[in-house]
Amino acid sequence: MKVTMTVNGKAMSAETEGRTLLSSFLREGLGLTGTHVGCDTTQCGACTVHVDGQPVKSCTVLAQDVAGRSVTTIEGMANKDGSLSVIQQAFQDHHGLQCGFCTPGMVMISAALLSEKPNPTEEEVRHYLKGNICRCTGYHNIVKAVMAASGADSQKLAAE
Amino acid sequence: MHDFELVKPASVAEAVAALGAEGAQALSGGQTLLPSMKQRLAAPERLVSLGDIAEMKGVCLGDRGLAVGGATPHAVVAREAKAHYPALAWLAGEIGDPSVRARGTIGGSLANNDPAACYPAAALGSGATIVTDRREIAADAFFQGLFTTALEEGEIITSVHFPIPEKAAYMKFAQPASRFALVGVFVAKFADGVRVAITGAGEDGVFRWTEAEAALGADFRPEAVEGLALSAGGMLGDMHGAPAYRANLVKVLTRRAVAAA
Repeated sequence: MKVTMTVNGKAMSAETEGRTLLSSFLREGLGLTGTHVGCDTTQCGACTVHVDGQPVKSCTVLAQDVAGRSVTTIEGMANKDGSLSVIQQAFQDHHGLQCGFCTPGMVMISAALLSEKPNPTEEEVRHYLKGNICRCTGYHNIVKAVMAASGADSQKLAAE
Repeated sequence: MHDFELVKPASVAEAVAALGAEGAQALSGGQTLLPSMKQRLAAPERLVSLGDIAEMKGVCLGDRGLAVGGATPHAVVAREAKAHYPALAWLAGEIGDPSVRARGTIGGSLANNDPAACYPAAALGSGATIVTDRREIAADAFFQGLFTTALEEGEIITSVHFPIPEKAAYMKFAQPASRFALVGVFVAKFADGVRVAITGAGEDGVFRWTEAEAALGADFRPEAVEGLALSAGGMLGDMHGAPAYRANLVKVLTRRAVAAA
């Protein structure tokens, strides 16, 4: 069955089966490989994208179930002129990534947090990022990047 | 996972009809069902998605307490129940993580009745009524053992009605990897008595700790459960916590819940 949804502002279609996951639809159907599949078991959050502005783990959503909805992926996060968005730039500035595998999911969950709560506390950032796992254990710099993107003075965060 | 047909009804009546087919199963948020299907623990031939049924969504205050639509995601309950029933909203906001809360629903959680899920404790602890497409079921009669409920084949939870207590709190000792409750205790004080529901600990799933209810009904203070001892018999045991450990946690968390209520 052909499924159409709005991806990063454009209507896009691909063939699907009932079992086609949103992550497979994006990566294999549309060639948008910025969304990473880490665990494929709803735990790591690398595949996080937004559906109608809400964060979801795209490995645990059926493509046909969100047909017609509006999806944002990491490919849709940069500014229109191609420069990095505030959140992406903060990850670079604060060394919020090491290998980078979890980063697409980290950026998407951080964007969801900041649209829900523009000025979170450090504790709120850590709570919201609970479902996104970084195996390089780079959480301190990730949290710092999110705080910096929110406009907080990230220098005041404990440098553990 | 094996392939299947996905059906997307727009009303409860259409969903019930679609579930009448051989091998059909309801799909709510899919945060448990889809991982189970990937592991081939479930292989339905047809999934009936409840996500497009508007009449099954939302939180609203009525004369029977707080009504939560069966297909309402945890994130919406966490936000919209806050003003009316803060303990329920807090519980919803601690399930899984934000992405799971954006998809997972109260109806899906109750119908699955995982022995470590949070919502069964809220429903049993509040004395909620589970409303389906065909009848109303009291929480006390709904939960019937591990992953077992009073629901019939093809029966859908359309809403859940929560009486609002005078005071309530939920305490969860989370298993850090799964984010399910290693033990969770929901305490609710009503004008006519106290209810204490325990999840994560019982071999048969969620249960009421009636000795604590009686003690707290007479004296609603953390000290009231001090002299009680919950037997380790009937408690779950695994690599994360032995039965005696869980039995002790129940008491510790009950005290904390009473203090926080």
